Amino acid sequence: MRPFHYERAATPAAAVKMAGTTPMSPDQPSVATPVQYLAGGTNLLDMMKIDVMRPDRVVDINAIAETRHGGIEVSDDGMWLGALARMAEVAEHADVKHRFPVIAQSLTLAASQQLRNMASIGGNVLQRTRCPYYRDTSYAECNKRDPGSGCAALGGFNRMHAVLGTSKACIATYPGDFAQALIALDARVEITGAHGHRSMAFAELHRRPDDEPHMETRLAPGELITAFTIAALPWARRSKYLKIRDRESYEFALASAAVALDMDGDIVREARIALGGVATVPWRASAAEHEIQGKRLDERALAAAAEAAFADARVFEHNAFKIALGKRTLTRALRETAAMET
Amino acid sequence: MARAAPKPQANMGPPVPRYDGRAKVTGDARYPSDVPVASPAFAFLVTSAIAKGRIVRMDLAAAQAVPGVLDILTAEDTRELKHVKFAAGGAGASTSIQGLGPDIDHDGQIVAVVLADSFEAAREAAHKVDITYAAEEPAATFDATNAREESPEEVGERAKKLPKAGDAAAALASAEVTIDAQYATPAQHHNAIELFTTTALWSGDELTIYEPSQFVFGLKNNLAERLGIDAEQIRVVSPYVGGAFGSKAQMTPRTALIALAARRLGRPVKLVSTRDQAFTISTYRAETRHRIRMGARRDGRITAFIHEGWELTSRPDPYSVAGVEDSARMYGFGAVETRVTLVHADRNTPGFMRSPPVVPYIYALESAMDELALELGMDPVELRRANNSMRDATGKEWSSRSLMECYDEAAAAFGWKERTARPGSMRDGDWLIGWGCATAAYPTHLGPSAVRVRLTPAGEVRVQVAAHDIGTGLYTVLAQLAADELGVPLDMVRVELGDTALPPGIVAGGSVSTAATGSALVKACAAIRERLTAAPAQTTGGPSGNKLEDVFERLGIGAIEEYAEFIPEGGKPDAIASLYKGKPALGGGSHGEKLMYALGAEFVEVRVHALTREIRVPRIVGAFAAGRIMNTRTARSQLMGGMIWGISSALHEATEIDRRHARYINDNLADYLMPVNADIRDVEVILVPEEDSEVNPIGAKGLGELGNVGTAAAITNAVHHATGVRIRELPVRLEKLLG
Repeated sequence: MRPFHYERAATPAAAVKMAGTTPMSPDQPSVATPVQYLAGGTNLLDMMKIDVMRPDRVVDINAIAETRHGGIEVSDDGMWLGALARMAEVAEHADVKHRFPVIAQSLTLAASQQLRNMASIGGNVLQRTRCPYYRDTSYAECNKRDPGSGCAALGGFNRMHAVLGTSKACIATYPGDFAQALIALDARVEITGAHGHRSMAFAELHRRPDDEPHMETRLAPGELITAFTIAALPWARRSKYLKIRDRESYEFALASAAVALDMDGDIVREARIALGGVATVPWRASAAEHEIQGKRLDERALAAAAEAAFADARVFEHNAFKIALGKRTLTRALRETAAMET
Repeated sequence: MARAAPKPQANMGPPVPRYDGRAKVTGDARYPSDVPVASPAFAFLVTSAIAKGRIVRMDLAAAQAVPGVLDILTAEDTRELKHVKFAAGGAGASTSIQGLGPDIDHDGQIVAVVLADSFEAAREAAHKVDITYAAEEPAATFDATNAREESPEEVGERAKKLPKAGDAAAALASAEVTIDAQYATPAQHHNAIELFTTTALWSGDELTIYEPSQFVFGLKNNLAERLGIDAEQIRVVSPYVGGAFGSKAQMTPRTALIALAARRLGRPVKLVSTRDQAFTISTYRAETRHRIRMGARRDGRITAFIHEGWELTSRPDPYSVAGVEDSARMYGFGAVETRVTLVHADRNTPGFMRSPPVVPYIYALESAMDELALELGMDPVELRRANNSMRDATGKEWSSRSLMECYDEAAAAFGWKERTARPGSMRDGDWLIGWGCATAAYPTHLGPSAVRVRLTPAGEVRVQVAAHDIGTGLYTVLAQLAADELGVPLDMVRVELGDTALPPGIVAGGSVSTAATGSALVKACAAIRERLTAAPAQTTGGPSGNKLEDVFERLGIGAIEEYAEFIPEGGKPDAIASLYKGKPALGGGSHGEKLMYALGAEFVEVRVHALTREIRVPRIVGAFAAGRIMNTRTARSQLMGGMIWGISSALHEATEIDRRHARYINDNLADYLMPVNADIRDVEVILVPEEDSEVNPIGAKGLGELGNVGTAAAITNAVHHATGVRIRELPVRLEKLLG
């Protein structure tokens, strides 16, 4: 860890203003942004201790939790989640569990209780990859850390790496769970920056690696996530997060699926599918959704959805199993979601 | 799960609570790095980023410019340190690779030590040390093109000392039923929660080292040799150890570096290494491979057993566990042949990790037993019964053997008779159920120990020995034993361990501590009792009662202190003198006149999801016989922890290696998996009564390393029963079952 300046902000506007006093280039690797916001610190502090992140300034935004942005608002129209709400608060909220089960489940199945008590949901969606080559600065090759340096994971130990959305420059897996649930429920993300407020579809937030894996999101330097909005869509209640992993708890997904279905009898009226553990970004499986929309969820439709979801998958030395596992995870999630009583 | 300690049966001591329990849960226990020293400097290690090659240039300018940095030790500054010969088991250094370069022999080799006024400054500066390497292509593990497999001559030389009986090849050729199978186990790291720490404090020429250790006398003597000073100038203090599992038995390179740094600075120095450094600055369980061929008669009697092992080690050091020594003894095989081959690669030197020989070798044996049972169409328990014997193939007899009693008790508790034999035949909805079993075994080692015991008229007892409680319960069983032997209440006994100012104890390895230290303690207590009985019955005007105070008064002394030495039968007469010099001698197991082992049987249920194939272990039952059980609570705790580790070893633990660079990949506790609470459901420990007066004076067999043996085989056998898939390479991962 290297020395840094520590400041505190009590409102999103104050935080953004504070951050704005350091000039920041939009082309800089996301990991090297010289000003970082500190909420739960469950990711940032780790990255600083292992010397991957070396911010000059850390702006502590925890006081924002005292404002509306630390709260959870549920109405008949939907839900507004302040970015400073803690993972545990959202996961344990009765209305969230009841009306948006995939949201609560994705949070409960992530990390440990201690981490969920600390981590903010705004920070959670920005959690950085667990790629071991990214996390160890003694490897010179990492396009995320050092653009153009190469990718050590391509020919290295890549069991946990992605099979969807990869590029020649990066195959690092997006590690989170909550983001898949947000995608399944068509969530939007609210952002505050130097030029005021804006919002975008959450599915647009993360950028695929392509040729620029160091550009991880569409947030401009200094921008701050302030909230997530989720409409009470017809498929929100019949939703589920299935996470397959090497141990029962406190572990990242080998494959996961966030599924939301609007059923008309046994016909799928509308479907949303997002996949985790297998892709470089929170992954919406639109082609798979298309395969089951308007159809009965029989074995044929399930198989077609699974095939479609992984049609473009590309595997590496140690992660070829993720195609078979990903397909089965999706199949099981669809079956179990269809069987839910709502 | 039965949560209470088992009720003592025949030859078992009461489940008294842990002597050190309160101190540990309240934070009162001071681990070595907790000991406050005045104004310490803090050390941070710089380790190499390549596994093989040379340091071409080391630029320290940026690091030295960090405020608070005091000194940076590099190879040049450490030339005065003497090389100490590698020896496994505490008698020597953990590795021959002791220099800071410029030659690099493994990933994560220590290449510099940064010293600063604060930990933070030392860490920051360490990150700013800029090293240029000339890297060469390393051999990472088995099958690497430039790994060196031992020559047939070297293998043949070792084989002379390994078990052999009859003509196994001929017996195999003429057998009615045969199997031929290969198995593999991965590299694993101990990952004790307490990291590798050292605090060094000089007072004139006297050096005190606070460091978690499984053998303080070994560390003291080896360090003296490395520093080129008299061992009597060094005191090593390690009263509590926060997990060791074999990783803290030998001297690692860090200790002398910190002692040297403290001398240079004229100030105490404290090192707490990081988790990732722990993977490369100490030892680990190396990967192994096995081929087992067995021949049997139709009735199940095994007529031929051929076990070949391959073990990975570092380039310079011939570390070997050679567990064929144990696998070849387990059953009454007709003919036996064994062989072990070392493969040298560019890695740090491996070392002992809980049950070093038997974890990999009994896994292979017990997997093969299950495969043979299937081939014969026999119940796996009955195959063990058919080959149960009080003699091994060489004719050596067992001192005691309660294996089938363990099987029968565990099978009954588990409900084994409800099992249907056909793989995939037991199912609960979407979950495939499999039941499997395997033998657990650990050699009963014998070792020497000294001890000092003091008794006062008030009945206060103090036991002093430089033995080690690494979480195993030694404080508790010694207190119990002393209280019993001297007839005082338990809370009158104080036990002091882990300090070279005390009489020497044995290395906390080979599950030998209770037997060795306990035997010495019994001797010292007997001597005290003898002195008490020698008191005159009456003196004029003095008290005539039998109260301790009265007896002391009649003796006319203020306290009795007895120093005793115990050398096991067959041990060398200079065994204690050697112990003072840091050389432990372990005998027993298969090496004495008789075969001496603690044994057990473990039964597990696995559940495998029919579609997504994740593997869970909802219950495990183990029954164990280990001679006299000193304390059923600490014994159960050891065995339960062992079985949980066994589950971990089967399903979770593997150190992944980047084969291009010979570097460890998952060197942190998030990526090096071990079970969390949710993974461990029902664990049942059954203690089977057993008496064995031949093993040692107190009749106890070490059981600290018993519970985690065989578990992996029980699990892979159960996975086969659930799915029909035989996993011959650990760990069991769900991708191996996706098929």
